[in-house]
Amino acid sequence: MLTDLDRLWVYLASQPLLALLATLLAFLLATRINRWLGGTPLVHPVILAIALLIGFLLLADIDYATYFEGAQFIHFLLGPATVALAIPLYDHRERIRRRLVPILVGCLTGIVTAVGSTLGIAMLLGAGRDSLLSLAPRSVTSPIAMGVAEQLGGIPALAAGLVLLTGSIGCALAPWIFRALRIEEPEVRGFAMGLAAHGFGTAHSFAQYGALAGAFSGLAMGLTGLLTAFILPLVARLLGL
Amino acid sequence: MPIVLGMSVLLGCQLVGELLARGVGLPVPGPVIGMTLLLAGLLVLGRVPEGLRRTGEGLLRHLTLLFVPAGVGMMVHFELIRADLWPLLITLVLSTAITLAVTARVMSWLSRREREGR
Repeated sequence: MLTDLDRLWVYLASQPLLALLATLLAFLLATRINRWLGGTPLVHPVILAIALLIGFLLLADIDYATYFEGAQFIHFLLGPATVALAIPLYDHRERIRRRLVPILVGCLTGIVTAVGSTLGIAMLLGAGRDSLLSLAPRSVTSPIAMGVAEQLGGIPALAAGLVLLTGSIGCALAPWIFRALRIEEPEVRGFAMGLAAHGFGTAHSFAQYGALAGAFSGLAMGLTGLLTAFILPLVARLLGL
Repeated sequence: MPIVLGMSVLLGCQLVGELLARGVGLPVPGPVIGMTLLLAGLLVLGRVPEGLRRTGEGLLRHLTLLFVPAGVGMMVHFELIRADLWPLLITLVLSTAITLAVTARVMSWLSRREREGR
């Protein structure tokens, strides 16, 4: 009886079906738990889902390569999703055209600040090269950050994790920072959120500061991702990383 | 059928993007090039076809789910994360705070200047 169960488990653990279903269920469960906790940005559903899955894989003694064989079907969709970011950018074209100069200047300043402060602080604290290259694109939306980290020679999985943490940290810090600096305009709040905290910031802006803030946040997120993807590899080459 | 068309457009842009990235040796991820191609195409066309919008917005709505498999990959890098845990965490918190503050300040200054300029 036990051997039959064992054989069944061996079969299940080696099939893509289990990994795929486990990913969806972990995400559903994490979303439920987050809602139950009052939607706090401190326990983001994605980070919770990842923690749940890592716990499950360790307990069930399934290695990451086996898990990924199933989960890659979800992972693959990141590519077309990145391409689809062109749609919200297209929707905002009029707004971009009207305020092209402030938006570009704000975006470039933000990117330079994000990349400069990230690399500077991490170097001061003595982070290794792999960590540095995975940290560099952290304020950019994940699919782009993973591609950029891979191009730079960082670790895409680590980059993805750092991007997700950045997003939830940004949502948690923003209310204090905006209050301290007396930033009240919704466009400015949204733009800063989208630039510093990508999709998490955009979702937060829509929910907390309204539709106008959300639109500017989405615009900042798309533009930052696009510009960073072009700028960062050049900067890394210049710094000799 | 519109969804099939939308998915074909997205995958087609990504494919051309990957080919350009590899063929010309551009140091930019293929999907990002695909995104600029699609943006250029939409600007020329002047509208977003219904199927493309439905497929694209559907994907973007579930964007957070798509990160999960890669995030689970952190389990392979436990050693690296443990070695650099404090530098990584301190860097994330400090530089996210700095980025938020600087961007908000600069944008607020630029938009005030623009308003007063008129």
